[in-house]
Amino acid sequence: MYVYNDFDEAFVRERVAQFRGQVERRIDGSLTEDEFKPLRLMNGLYLQLHAYMLRVAVPYGTLNPSQMRQLAYIADRWDKGYGHFTTRQNIQYNWPKLDDVPDILEALADVGMHALQTSGNTIRNVTADHFAGASADEIEDPRPVAELLRQWSTDHPEFQFLPRKFKIAVSGSEHDRAVTRAHDIGVRMVRNAEGTPGYEIIVGGGLGRTPMVGKVLREFLPREELLAYCEAIVSVYNLLGRRDNKYKARIKITVHENGLETMQQLVEERFEAIRKGFTGFDQELLKSIEAAFAPPAYVRKSEDGYEAARLANPAFRAWSDTNLAAHKAPGYAIVSISIKKHGQTPGDATSDQMRVMADIAEQYGHGELRISHEQNVILPHVHKADLPAVYAALREADLATANIGLVSDIIACPGMDYCALATARSIPIAQEIATRFDELKIEHDIGELKIKISGCINACGHHHVGHIGILGLDRAGVENYQITLGGDGTETTTIGTRAGPGFSADDIVPAIERLVTGYLDLRQDADETFLQAYRRLGMEPFKAILYPAEDKANAA
Amino acid sequence: MARAFTPKVITANALLEGDAVWFTADDRWTPHMSEAEFITDEAHADLRLLEAQARQSEIAGAYLADAKEGPNGPEPTHFREEFRTRGPSNYAHGKQVDNASRT
Repeated sequence: MYVYNDFDEAFVRERVAQFRGQVERRIDGSLTEDEFKPLRLMNGLYLQLHAYMLRVAVPYGTLNPSQMRQLAYIADRWDKGYGHFTTRQNIQYNWPKLDDVPDILEALADVGMHALQTSGNTIRNVTADHFAGASADEIEDPRPVAELLRQWSTDHPEFQFLPRKFKIAVSGSEHDRAVTRAHDIGVRMVRNAEGTPGYEIIVGGGLGRTPMVGKVLREFLPREELLAYCEAIVSVYNLLGRRDNKYKARIKITVHENGLETMQQLVEERFEAIRKGFTGFDQELLKSIEAAFAPPAYVRKSEDGYEAARLANPAFRAWSDTNLAAHKAPGYAIVSISIKKHGQTPGDATSDQMRVMADIAEQYGHGELRISHEQNVILPHVHKADLPAVYAALREADLATANIGLVSDIIACPGMDYCALATARSIPIAQEIATRFDELKIEHDIGELKIKISGCINACGHHHVGHIGILGLDRAGVENYQITLGGDGTETTTIGTRAGPGFSADDIVPAIERLVTGYLDLRQDADETFLQAYRRLGMEPFKAILYPAEDKANAA
Repeated sequence: MARAFTPKVITANALLEGDAVWFTADDRWTPHMSEAEFITDEAHADLRLLEAQARQSEIAGAYLADAKEGPNGPEPTHFREEFRTRGPSNYAHGKQVDNASRT
């Protein structure tokens, strides 16, 4: 893992000291809220419905055990003993007090972390495949490049006042687990005809009020040109992007209004103009970063204990069937720890659970943890022989829910339980859906199904790319939930289609139940997933299930 | 034609805790909406909002929120403002903890 050098350390400490002074001046009245707001946002501090919220960056979702323990310590000392993992691989604290925030930032700096650029119109935390460095289908570990982009974008003098926020995601595999096509810039590692690794550069994707699938700006970019090329893109956007209308300011609108060809031409021109300025130092830096991400010292040992435990314990077998993914090293598996126990808040972990995960990672996981954009925690490198012990420890901490990729593994934004922008609640809907399908005991039968819930059109809950998406709105002073179907956030990214009129808070869970049980009757066989059935059959049969004729009058 | 004025309260977030607070007739910030000044006159509302916003070292983000008269004082008319009087629905955190001990 990357460890802060002297420069990083001094920079982060200086920023903490600056913010401490700004908070003092806000409290003594020398700064008004209007003056203070952009300063606090630069440090990830929001003011929400019931309290402040601090968003801490987890760069490309990677944590070591001591960082995870520090997050637990912060939760206990300055918050309410828990943290919320987000769809951008970050962690949010929902109850910090303003005068404690500088101390929290200092505590983060102690473990090489910060909350910089987790808000505001800057380049945000760079996200990456949560299976990075471990997945069997990987071309290259995307994290060194993500770290290079993080260093380049942090405090970049040209890009601190962009027209709007800017999000970059990096994927290193054929299978896209980083939703690269829904980002301002998506970097996908690919190989050209000669087999040389490079990047496919996607631009102008995004969800929110105008969802767009990103377009390929460059099919193959040589590795060493990435930084200059990204700088060219952001630099073109910085001038061309609209500042007259907040809702038309993201690069997806810039690309849409100017056309892909114009963007390509402008970016290539800018790229030619600036590339000579990149004299190769970035590549030297990248080499040293790559060394920090060297694979762990994998061990070779018998897997017999794993197979025996699978035979002996059906609960362990069910968990290992759903929560494991293929690892590149022989004898190893990737463990997804579900932070989605039925009825709990998606993505919330208690400080005790954080410490348990840190301990397990240290003892059995080569000291590595990841946060996924699906709001789960990943142990990327666990030997199969250790899985029974890992499972037992997770079970003890109430972390052994076997539901990864299933109907109860729901993404949900904080919604109107916390967020000042929300138009409806998301969390209670997620809790009720998960609880209901747990009662029905059919989620393993249903198979892969991604439900994603957002509490407003900004789409932090990625509802547009959910196989079933739920969008909470305020309709004449009442919470109302719209359903979209057929969304997909992988390499075949698709924006879901709205099924019809929305449902009330009381009717949305029965509607989802009707939809999912209806799918079981529609599918060809148990192997046809919800998304495949939808793609084969189209909207109509699902619409008929959602809006039976006799209910039509009540559905609006 | 201008829309008819509907009754309002002035609300904000407390500067240090970020907790929802309401402005009272005697210029205090209260954590209980029922103690807020119930404002039925538009000109008075605008004036009081200016006075509330001037108290920068106590609160952030003061605004006028719709309210109705209840048996114990002003009550919210919209679910968002109702949530602000009690806290989130997924945990017993925020105001609902104190509200429970008050009743």
